[in-house]
Amino acid sequence: MLEFKQSDYEEIRRHGEETYPDECCGVLLGTMNEEGDHRIVSSTVRCHNTREDRPQDRFYIDPRDLVRIQRQGREQGLDIVGFYHSHPDCPAQWSKTDFAEAHWIGCSYVITRVDKARAVDTNSFWLRGTEEEDKHFEDEPITFVAVAQKSDVPLSAQASMPPAEVPGSDK
Amino acid sequence: MKVLIPTPLRQYAGKKDSVEVPGTTVGEALKNLTISHPDLKKHLYNEEGKLRAFVNLYLNDEDIRYMEKENTPVGQSDTLSIVPSIAGGKDDRVI
Ligand SMILES: [Zn+2]
Repeated sequence: MLEFKQSDYEEIRRHGEETYPDECCGVLLGTMNEEGDHRIVSSTVRCHNTREDRPQDRFYIDPRDLVRIQRQGREQGLDIVGFYHSHPDCPAQWSKTDFAEAHWIGCSYVITRVDKARAVDTNSFWLRGTEEEDKHFEDEPITFVAVAQKSDVPLSAQASMPPAEVPGSDK
Repeated sequence: MKVLIPTPLRQYAGKKDSVEVPGTTVGEALKNLTISHPDLKKHLYNEEGKLRAFVNLYLNDEDIRYMEKENTPVGQSDTLSIVPSIAGGKDDRVI
């Protein structure tokens, strides 16, 4: 399971809309539970797609960027827990190329389908296995962090809430 | 020197995100790393004993491929980052 803040989720989808018709790519920083089956994204980092030759259907993240992101994450107590990229006018499903190039076993690979510069669906795939030879992608649910903020309550709802009970006012 | 272990390989490195190893070159440091953590070996090297193509090694901020590869000298305060590559791309079929 991959858990996002709504804002981070929207940010990676927006990234795909902005780079359309090219593929976007980036890194998900966060934490992983002991069992490794639950990753929580704390922040997302946009990366430059260095496949200048065919960015419409390929992406590559400069390892130097990964080194930097890994180091920055470490300073904040965060790990690389996954990656994201977009599929312009193509389903949000992993491709043969995605699978062949996936090496971060235990991490999430998030793919957003972008049709005509509009993000459509976003899916996450958990790369499992013990080594290159037995790795495989498994569909995993995306969930959202429940953020309890006052601003989340619509003003109308706040206004219609009964007034707080004042102790001793109950006569 | 310090070797930074990426998330997928930590389970083979005692769950640590970094390991201190002795060595005067990148190759020596890696050898010592795989001696202290033998399970790492097959994830870093192929059957011919060569570094797997998707395993990038950065000494501080430099790719060792553009230095002296595994013969690149290292100092005690250097950091070696192991970073598997990240790439992909959609299939040719277009909807
Ligand atoms: Zn893809």
